Amino acid sequence: MTAMTQSVGNPQPRARRRRRRLGSSGRDAWPFVLPALLPVMLFSVYPLVYGVFLGFTDAEAGLNVETNFNGVDNYIKLGGNELFWSSFKIGLIWAFSVTILQFLASLGLALLLNLDLRLRWLARTLALVPWAMPPVIIAIMWQLMLNPDYGPVNRSLEALGLPGGVNWLGDGSTALAVVIIVGVWAGMPQTTITLLAGLQAVPVELHEAAAIDGANTRRRFWHVTLPAIRPVVVAITTLDLIWNFNSFALVFVLTAGGPGGTTMLPSLFAYNEAFRYGNFGYAAAMGNVMVIVIGAILFFYLRGQMRRRLQ
Amino acid sequence: MTTLPRTSTVGRSAVARPLQYLALLAYMCFLAFPLLFLLSTAFKTPRELKSPDAGLLPEHFDLGNFSSAITKADLFTAAGNSLLVSATTTVLVTLVALPAAYALVRFRTKLRGLATGWILLSQVFPFILIIIPLFLLLKNIGLVDTLLGLVLVYAVWALPFSLWMLQGYVSAIPVELEEASAVDGAGRLTTLTRIVLPLLAPGLVATSLFTFINSWNEFFFALVLIQDPDMQTLPLALARFVGVEGQVQLGQLAAAALLACVPSLAFFMFIQKRLTAGLLSGAVKG
Repeated sequence: MTAMTQSVGNPQPRARRRRRRLGSSGRDAWPFVLPALLPVMLFSVYPLVYGVFLGFTDAEAGLNVETNFNGVDNYIKLGGNELFWSSFKIGLIWAFSVTILQFLASLGLALLLNLDLRLRWLARTLALVPWAMPPVIIAIMWQLMLNPDYGPVNRSLEALGLPGGVNWLGDGSTALAVVIIVGVWAGMPQTTITLLAGLQAVPVELHEAAAIDGANTRRRFWHVTLPAIRPVVVAITTLDLIWNFNSFALVFVLTAGGPGGTTMLPSLFAYNEAFRYGNFGYAAAMGNVMVIVIGAILFFYLRGQMRRRLQ
Repeated sequence: MTTLPRTSTVGRSAVARPLQYLALLAYMCFLAFPLLFLLSTAFKTPRELKSPDAGLLPEHFDLGNFSSAITKADLFTAAGNSLLVSATTTVLVTLVALPAAYALVRFRTKLRGLATGWILLSQVFPFILIIIPLFLLLKNIGLVDTLLGLVLVYAVWALPFSLWMLQGYVSAIPVELEEASAVDGAGRLTTLTRIVLPLLAPGLVATSLFTFINSWNEFFFALVLIQDPDMQTLPLALARFVGVEGQVQLGQLAAAALLACVPSLAFFMFIQKRLTAGLLSGAVKG
């Protein structure tokens, strides 16, 4: 309590006083934070560190098997595994396609939702709906949509006189593309809302000034809107890229990686290795490689941020 | 162009308007059609679903799919499990995150940087790496195939995001209110319960509902940690419903999927405005 009375009577600058008020030192925060910290240490930090370690061992399911440190053996084995390389390639294709398409579609939608069109409230609500749905259910819904016999996708194609009966998810030539579209559908809400937020933060004065200077709509978009929302764009696309690279549930339920491994994302591949074949160490090594890729993405993002700050 | 649109970045010329509405309509179809189809499938009879010339809308709204989905024992058990796990997780996370968020905002502590780092890290980590040790850990303490194990994992996994959301709500409370209360001679506890908590209530509701929905929807951890059919959660049961029963009853599946969405959809409708506003301000700050 002494800290409190002290600071109240203290004519310090406001910003400093604000933090000093209730606790004079960080020690006072511990009892508040500890209940959160302990479980996080046990169920989050420890598994994380242990997971990285496991990637350098020959751990297998069946607990009584001895776990030996085997250095980079897992990584050499991974390097020679064609399925691993193809899953990685598919993972990157999936992550980049979904992120780019999601960004373009979401930007378009956000620009539209930012206009004062009629029915905007309905569109805004609808735009959020996929977010509220569990990935499993989105997958089930699209399976119904894409059902070769009864699904409306094939029905519509037939109605237009095009060949129907395509087994979209069961055919290796279409599965990845279809899964990407579903991924875009599922991921659009968050990207849209974030971009909409960015758009609403652009000062109207900038547009007015540009318009007075004779800039038309298109030029204003390129020279006013886009530069103004650039930080939001970079942040959300970087996050989307990472989230998509890690994603699991949607594709697992849609195709389980099939047909013929054409939609086998790295996370699915690692899941199979760990929990179907029991190769814990090997799967953890895959996880480690994924972390390195994500680290690289983050590195480029942070470097970009730093550069902008220095300018 | 004499009058400028207040919020728009694209002009409102006579040509642009119809095109804009057309684009909006196309988007709304893309977003809404799958849902409408799910809805109509759920109300169709099995015979109607098989018939090649059935229309998009069901001939008459048949509730049979819903009743058979509800009475299906494993779905019913799974829904109960999901409810139990989500509710427990929510209470646990809220109780733990609330004081932590408050302390991180109001106290000068090094933990703040640590917490922020952890919140960010938790967003980008591949769960596949964390799940193997977590599985081993839970197996060692006998919590695999238990709802308690799932609750613990969900709680820890939901904590960073709750903390992040709550921090925003706490920092929105003017610190002057607390100071005034302190000047009036109120102790810290009184100030917290009488001043801070009531002001925090709406944010607390939003945060805990968010935690609830995330646990309700979660699939990956449940897939790995739960093998016992009696312990499975709703997303798990639904996914197995598709996978196992090759020749699945489409109508029943659609009905079950819709029912599983009800809490989330209701919640999103309920907080849509606040959520949008909150995320909007959060994103701008970030």
